[in-house]
Amino acid sequence: MNLIEWAQSPWGGQVPIHISWSLLWVSAIGAVAFLIVHALYVMITGKTAAAHAGASSGISTAEAARIPEQVTRHSFGARFFHGIMALSMLALLFTAFLPKVGVQFAWVKWHWIAGIVLTISVLYHIIHASFVLDFWSIWPDAQDREDAGNRLKLAMGQSAPAPKKFAKYPLENKLYHMVVMLAGLSAIGTGVFMMKRVRTPFFVRNPYLFSDMTWGWMYVLHGLAGVGFVGLVTVHIYFAIRPEKLFITKSMIFGTISRENYLGHHDPQRWVVAGQGSASAGSGTKKVSA
Amino acid sequence: MAVIHDVIPAFELFQPTSVDDALALQARHGKKAWVLAGGLDSFDWFKDRVKRPEVVIDLSQVKELRGVRTTSDGLEIGAMTTLTEVVRHPMIREKYGILPSAAEAAASPQIRNQGTIGGNVSQDARCWYYRGGWPCYRAGGNICYADTPTGLNREHAILDADRCVAVNPSDTAPALIALDAKMVVRTPKGERVVNAEDYFIGPGTDITRMTILQPGDLLTSIRIPSAWAGAHFYFEKARDRAVWDFALVNVAAAIVTSGSGIERIRLAVNGVAAHPVRLKAVEAAVIGKPRNADTAELAGQIAIQGAEPLQYNGFKVPLLRNLVKRAIRGDAA
Repeated sequence: MNLIEWAQSPWGGQVPIHISWSLLWVSAIGAVAFLIVHALYVMITGKTAAAHAGASSGISTAEAARIPEQVTRHSFGARFFHGIMALSMLALLFTAFLPKVGVQFAWVKWHWIAGIVLTISVLYHIIHASFVLDFWSIWPDAQDREDAGNRLKLAMGQSAPAPKKFAKYPLENKLYHMVVMLAGLSAIGTGVFMMKRVRTPFFVRNPYLFSDMTWGWMYVLHGLAGVGFVGLVTVHIYFAIRPEKLFITKSMIFGTISRENYLGHHDPQRWVVAGQGSASAGSGTKKVSA
Repeated sequence: MAVIHDVIPAFELFQPTSVDDALALQARHGKKAWVLAGGLDSFDWFKDRVKRPEVVIDLSQVKELRGVRTTSDGLEIGAMTTLTEVVRHPMIREKYGILPSAAEAAASPQIRNQGTIGGNVSQDARCWYYRGGWPCYRAGGNICYADTPTGLNREHAILDADRCVAVNPSDTAPALIALDAKMVVRTPKGERVVNAEDYFIGPGTDITRMTILQPGDLLTSIRIPSAWAGAHFYFEKARDRAVWDFALVNVAAAIVTSGSGIERIRLAVNGVAAHPVRLKAVEAAVIGKPRNADTAELAGQIAIQGAEPLQYNGFKVPLLRNLVKRAIRGDAA
């Protein structure tokens, strides 16, 4: 199986033109295989990734009582972005890949419209996350790395200290965000240039903006990001509907999680919420509400 | 750039004698198979070595695909019926005169003797970048060489372009749409009958195909309903030379008048998009109106709405407008 389709340019050179569309099935089947294995693992062992999180919340009962019954996890702005981004991403995937599996329709216009919506929403997200939200809360930190090592040792039957509870975002969320960010920026960056190849009201067409070779690799990168998203979105939806993750999914709709879920899944010293006593916050932590 | 060779690359040739056998061969060989009708389109591809099928299924021995039959509601023309047979068939000439006019406008007498109506409506685009073997959108690549500031696009599309700007070259296609013909397609799942206008697809639907035919499908016949028998017909083909040339623009109209007004009309054009275009807005606008200069002017203006000419084919806009005007007026071509 060729990973990349090549063609002969008018000048006789071999140039890439796009990925092999069989990679679509590799991504989709890979994602389904992953979620089947994960579901079986959880079913058989009864363990989830959070199962090794430390049991103690590390705060007193009095401090816990000061925490609101509903803890804000995602502001309206963040939820709005997520909703728009999700809709545009699904529109992009359907318009890109339905024709590849035999559902024929005029997809190009809808694809670039959805791409523009995604681009605007991501630009908003970058600004919002940089200046309004706690920018670093989504990036893995030293504690995440240490806890990941400990969880791995425990999972393999070795002795290790109990890992701490998560900060605002579990490590898998942070890693997922990184992969999605890379794939998303690849798709957007290449997609914006690819709009120079089709008719839109925004750009004057110029298919000779780059050489055939550069265009070819751009299409390859766009395609790789696209098929990657098929797997990423499949896995994302799977985790979103898993029972132990539903409180996170609901918080992406309604904005909050319960105090019990906050104390049960998160480390108040790593994710300090409004109403919580500042004494419990460890050094270097930041008080944020969303 | 393709170089014309004298020797066609080798392939395995099958000559089935029935539609069932042809379909079985198509099913067995899938995308490796090439269905050969009259060969006028196919042999260009083969000799240029741009298409190199491993298997060719020659339909010339399938008798059930040939000939014109009368039905309870008109005519049924086998897909392998030659254009000359269509031109000369007395009933077609008597009741559906637009179809012989269109078929007779295709290519040259020699080509019409060999070329089939099924092949004429199913032929591939004639864009020279595509036919030359360049990796354009239609060939599975990621560029349209014709739709560039320096591209040679005099014969290309002014309507419904979507990345690819090639046009459908068929002369009989707009006539069949005007006659409200039905295309009978045998697929692995059974028989499928589609309206002629739905048989053709644009690049927005599938940039690598001109028709709905998928690998394994076979156009077996074309049914002409009697609804438009004996209507006023108009067909005109504008081309660079009088014979053996593809249309720059062609127009086909079937019109039924009542009193002094247009009671029913079907109007289609080709050579302006990757698929023949039925001008429904024009049809709706002229119903009830007389066939005169004012109505024709209105029709012409509506016909060119949305036209987006390329660098070198701006002339197609007034050409399309004027052909539609002439069709409405019923001018002698």
